Amino acid sequence: MSTDSAPAAQEPDQEPDQGPDHPAIHAPPPGLLALFLAFARMSLAGFGGVLVFARHAIVDRHRWMTADEFNETFALCHFLPGPNIVNLSMVFGSRLRGIAGGVAAFTGLLLPPTLIMTVLAIIYARFGDVEVLRRILAGISCAAVGLLIAVVFRMMTPLLKRMDVVVLILMLGVFTAIGVFRWPLQAVLVIAIPLSIAVTYVMRRKVAV
Amino acid sequence: MSSQNPIWALISTFGLMSLFAVGGAAAAVPEMHRIAVDVHHWMTDKQFADAYAIAQLSPGPNVLIVTLIGYAVAGIPGALAATLAMCLPTALLAYYVSRLLNRPSQSRWPALIQAALVPLSIGLMAASALILAQSTDRTIAALLLTATVALIASVSRVNPLWLLLAGGLLGFAGIV
Repeated sequence: MSTDSAPAAQEPDQEPDQGPDHPAIHAPPPGLLALFLAFARMSLAGFGGVLVFARHAIVDRHRWMTADEFNETFALCHFLPGPNIVNLSMVFGSRLRGIAGGVAAFTGLLLPPTLIMTVLAIIYARFGDVEVLRRILAGISCAAVGLLIAVVFRMMTPLLKRMDVVVLILMLGVFTAIGVFRWPLQAVLVIAIPLSIAVTYVMRRKVAV
Repeated sequence: MSSQNPIWALISTFGLMSLFAVGGAAAAVPEMHRIAVDVHHWMTDKQFADAYAIAQLSPGPNVLIVTLIGYAVAGIPGALAATLAMCLPTALLAYYVSRLLNRPSQSRWPALIQAALVPLSIGLMAASALILAQSTDRTIAALLLTATVALIASVSRVNPLWLLLAGGLLGFAGIV
């Protein structure tokens, strides 16, 4: 895809790449309302993370993207700053329907859960001190931290398997700086990001040579 | 700036934070905690842990913990301001970068940068887990619950919602 005209117009250009063994890869690009509703639905289904539901809806259910296109789009959103899935909604929507599509998907993803969250905030502000609610939330908090630890372990597994010492030290360094010393995020990342990019660059060159 | 208008403080805080939040919402939790609890005293440690739990339990992207922080600071306008400040700037950035990078020739650097960010984002998420554990796991039973959930979720593919509900039930029963 080039960058200058509306992404929606180029969508058909990608079809020939896929070969004949993938029939009906793309459905026609959805309307703005359909985009909004689809993202609202995957957002409301996504307890504890929207990514799984987003992939299912976009690739399997609506066939708005092939699996490869989805992976590329998500990879891009993963290395950009900010909430991945929110970035994904904007990039994805705009690829199908231009900037208006991006806004429709973004709004669909965020508006319904934001309203729910605001209602919950009101309830919490009023009843947060009720003893039973505090106990329930305390139990949920413990479980939520456990889930986060599990995600960290799952993501760490490939790094541990490769036993890449420099990478592990970088990971441990960020963990210590932020988690133990509580240094400000910006200061840590301003140093860590260039360092990590440099290290990765050098290691890849070594492998290549 | 923060003492005068709380809405502006929310917008500038989360707008800036989102631009540095590599690795998504979970990785930004330590910074949110530092700003909301330690720097601005918008919430207590306990309120922050509760907000995290509510955000996990509710549908939608987990980044919406900022909605709860915003509400605690400035009511409904605060909730909306914090949410938009956290989500919109990076979404627009993603939009422009995606248009730039879709030139076929520039395929090498995105992969390299992404690989370089992986250990950093895992380190950030681990820091989130540590900070949250320090405010929630004050008793042996709580620590055990966290460890058990971490173990179960690591080795099985059980729906996370069930584990959260189980935690809520144990809390309701007064065990943790």
